[in-house]
Amino acid sequence: MTGPLHGAAAGRAATGQVYRIEWFPGTDLLHGTCHCGAAHTDLDPVEMWTWMLGHPEGHVSEHRHD
Amino acid sequence: MATAFARNQWYVAAYGREVGRELLGRTILGEPVVLYRTEEDDRVVALADRCVHRRFPLSESRLEGDRIVCGYHGFSYDTSGTCVFVPGQQRIPRTARVNAYPVAELDSFVWIWIGDPALADAKQIPRAPHLADPQWTTVSGMEPIDGDYGLLVDNLLDLSHETYLHGGYIGTPEVAETPITTEVDEAAGVVRVGRHMPDAACPPFYARSTGIEGRITRLQDIEYFAPCLYLLHSRITPVGQEAPSFRTEITYAITPSAPGQVYDFWAVSRDFAQDDAEVTGFLRDFNHQVVMQDVDALNLLQRALDREPAGYQELSINIDTGGLAARRILARLADR
Repeated sequence: MTGPLHGAAAGRAATGQVYRIEWFPGTDLLHGTCHCGAAHTDLDPVEMWTWMLGHPEGHVSEHRHD
Repeated sequence: MATAFARNQWYVAAYGREVGRELLGRTILGEPVVLYRTEEDDRVVALADRCVHRRFPLSESRLEGDRIVCGYHGFSYDTSGTCVFVPGQQRIPRTARVNAYPVAELDSFVWIWIGDPALADAKQIPRAPHLADPQWTTVSGMEPIDGDYGLLVDNLLDLSHETYLHGGYIGTPEVAETPITTEVDEAAGVVRVGRHMPDAACPPFYARSTGIEGRITRLQDIEYFAPCLYLLHSRITPVGQEAPSFRTEITYAITPSAPGQVYDFWAVSRDFAQDDAEVTGFLRDFNHQVVMQDVDALNLLQRALDREPAGYQELSINIDTGGLAARRILARLADR
């Protein structure tokens, strides 16, 4: 899940700007990481996507590189 | 709420095997289309399925060579959609032409572009190479659903429903119990959802096709290339073992037909027991039953939604993380 798109299946170019949301096993918590490196934890996937796609608003990260 | 159509995109219109010298009628994004294969060079032609004269369906007409002759008054069209004959007169009106749609045959599918033909680029078609690869054995079919195409996208992006809707077929308790990881490449229009079950019951779908009797490690990795192509890369192994490993590629093409109607193209490809006719027959019949469980459920769901007052509310939870991303991408593609 962390690599590039399956090469054989990709008919379109990956942009490298990937949003990732992990659901921590044993919890109800979602942990989101924006392509800019900013991270956010939430219990609600709707709220998570609102934060994620609000980039760059509120996306503060030590690893930010955009 | 109806999911808007994204017009400037490639969609699967048919399997290549369905298109021949018999005229085939399909409705894609609300547009009636007639498909056939030319005598001259075996290529697929897709034209608007209504005669310019009195709107008779050309798919209910006949071929003369590579021309369609309207079954009502004999208006005849060449492969470019140009009318080349009208009955009883020499002058063919300049407006006597039907749309010809860009098409491409790839990976056993016939892809069609309904939107602006100037934007059609076949290199943008997402690939499913296993469908035409002799190393894989594939069973496939198509079922129309009387439901919004967004309902089918929702269904396929959240496989936790396997536990409840497809229990005893492909679902086991572990599917719904196992957390997912979601990755979205928003600009590329790709959603990936992974669900990795280290120790799960083996559902009949896999037990009977692989012969595994005990518990399995089951990996489900979805790639959804919005709006049409969905791939589920499935891999199972007996728990605690690296081998044998059984790979199955489950492919869907989700083609909106009309508002509230969708074509559900489905295929199951396997890299094991490729020449075993019994396994092929089992997977064809068994998966068809699974597809029909979805068809029945989505038909029912659409009828229920149609009776809801406007502005009804839904509730989304963690299992919907990928489906929510797909909805946003579809809305963006429809705005283009």
